[in-house]
Amino acid sequence: MKEITYQKAINEAIDEEMKRDPSIFIIGEDIGKHWGGSLGELAGLFDKYGAERVRETPISETAILGGAIGAAATGMRPIAYLYFDDFLGVCGDELINQLQMKYMYGGKTKLPLTITAYIGAGLSAAHQHSKCLFGWLMNISGLKIVAPATAYDAKGLLKSAIREDNPVIFLEHKVLLLSRSTSQIPNEEYTIPLGKADIKRGGSEVTVVAIALMVHRALAAADKLQEKGISIEVIDPRTLVPLDKQAIIDSVKKTGRLVIMDEEPKTGSAAGEIAAIVAEEAFDFLDAPIKRVCAPDTPIPFSPVLEKFWMPDEEDLIKAINEIM
Amino acid sequence: MAIEKEKLIDMYRVMVRIRTFEDRVFKEFAAGNIPGFVHLYAGEEAIAAGACANLRPDDYITSTHRGHGHLIAKGGKTDRMMAELYGKKTGYNRGKGGSMHIAEVDIGILGADAIVAAGIPIAGGAALSAQMRGTDQVTLCFFGDGATNTTRFHEGVNLASIWKLPIVYVIENNVYAETTPVSYAMNIPNIADRAVAYGIPGKTVDGNDVLAVHEVVGEALARARKGEGPTLVECKTCRYYGHYEGDTQTYRTKQEFEECRKRDPIPRFRKKLIKMGVLTEKDADKINQEMLEELDKAVKFAEESPFPEPRETLEDVYT
Ligand SMILES: Cc1ncc(C[n+]2csc(CCOP(=O)(O)OP(=O)(O)O)c2C)c(N)n1
Ligand SMILES: [Mg+2]
Repeated sequence: MKEITYQKAINEAIDEEMKRDPSIFIIGEDIGKHWGGSLGELAGLFDKYGAERVRETPISETAILGGAIGAAATGMRPIAYLYFDDFLGVCGDELINQLQMKYMYGGKTKLPLTITAYIGAGLSAAHQHSKCLFGWLMNISGLKIVAPATAYDAKGLLKSAIREDNPVIFLEHKVLLLSRSTSQIPNEEYTIPLGKADIKRGGSEVTVVAIALMVHRALAAADKLQEKGISIEVIDPRTLVPLDKQAIIDSVKKTGRLVIMDEEPKTGSAAGEIAAIVAEEAFDFLDAPIKRVCAPDTPIPFSPVLEKFWMPDEEDLIKAINEIM
Repeated sequence: MAIEKEKLIDMYRVMVRIRTFEDRVFKEFAAGNIPGFVHLYAGEEAIAAGACANLRPDDYITSTHRGHGHLIAKGGKTDRMMAELYGKKTGYNRGKGGSMHIAEVDIGILGADAIVAAGIPIAGGAALSAQMRGTDQVTLCFFGDGATNTTRFHEGVNLASIWKLPIVYVIENNVYAETTPVSYAMNIPNIADRAVAYGIPGKTVDGNDVLAVHEVVGEALARARKGEGPTLVECKTCRYYGHYEGDTQTYRTKQEFEECRKRDPIPRFRKKLIKMGVLTEKDADKINQEMLEELDKAVKFAEESPFPEPRETLEDVYT
């Protein structure tokens, strides 16, 4: 085993995959030898694989994603570094109208491409650099969505994402990318399949489904509630599409209570979708209303005081749990 | 055309105000007093100061992530700006925007946009509105070299060209978009050459010469006001600090950096004004001193201002 940061996990996953498969290349802005990605997670890859396979572009999100689609359809396996997920709007057409190529052309093509993008608030980066667009992305057919919360998950899932023969978006939370905390990973190679949730903490009274950074806040809240004698099970879906419904439903069957913690405006959120699935498929097992702990339906403010109010935190989660106990 | 003495001194004062503001932000950011992402305009002052000196109060501008200089040149007050950077309630955006979005709509600034090139079509819309409303207001649209490689640049400028919109595009060519040099990102030596593709005038000027910027942008604005359509003005410059605060700048050699500092637009203009007899050494020093004092007050105002109430997060989503 070894200790590794979230950032290093991403670097290793891409490095190992690029070494294994020469059809993989990265395309994006400022990913080369100076910054290695704006948060440094691609450091060293340019020196190792050169300008040919770590392809820096001008500011061109549309050409980056469109180009990745064309290359993927013709034998390459691109990683489109989209930078902040907030910039996905610039290539919105590629996302909603072009990634669906396989389906539209009668199943005759495949698009083995991975999009990477930073997500999340917590850095006072204001509305245009802080969003988690989970719900928005889940509404796009033909796209798989990964949002890891730990270094272990990030590495194993990114390797699987790159090997996938379908478009996958891999979302990296900025607070986790900048965190120095580490998790243990095996020295040997491993992958984690898309579509498998992880029980981050076992418990018996309330199921909390938390996504990305929120997993850590849910775990912290669970510790506090444990002291009060309330037992929380924390489930990290890790991939939103495909979603491991069974893991969530199995947990709800045991606990009878569900709270979903999700860092995005409540309306149209991933939390809404998860709540709907449980209401539809496991209603009989619920002993209390489903609760969603989300951000308010507003853009994301800059001031740390406002941003803290905007982001769901442990207190919000504890309050919601107390309401259904 | 000779520029009145007062206007020359004003331009100088604006440049010094921007520099003093940016140097102070540099310090306060390093001290941990300013949260978020900060992109400094130092080194590029002649562009905002020279271009905006041509504007009427009712004209519009659009700005970028590197927007402090534009706001000051359009009449922004440094105390309310500093308060915004500190995330305070008294800031121009009431703490909602921060450095990357600092703007005052009431003085004609339609946003400091942190999505590169997003201001270009919005500026076109403001120019279209002025045209449709039958006013002779003009819009000055600021953006960087990097922005000219995007879809929005092409769509925005092309549309403005066919409708002869009253707009002037001011390209701040500081040679880099983050770490990416212009020489890598495009195949042409002068960005102004792109104007040919739209059948509009394109001018390249020394962006560190405030009088040159003032003159070229002034002519372009006069054309726009007369209904003769848009102009592309490329101002060649360089930035003093990194792309953002925290940038290690390994992509710039020390020599390149020193050459940039040698082109400093402020001492250059100061020397010229003294030679022209517009300012004495003493007058110029006095302006510097006044700006330092103004910034001390601005920081004090920011420090002493309250944070917004957390629930203000919920305000201003809809009208
Ligand atoms: C659509 C979009 N892509 C990428 C970025 C990240 N980014 C922020 S500033 C910048 C460089 C902008 O360069 P330029 O237009 O030359 O302006 P400068 O920073 O040099 O003033 C980039 C790539 C962004 N904010 N928006
Ligand atoms: Mg630039």
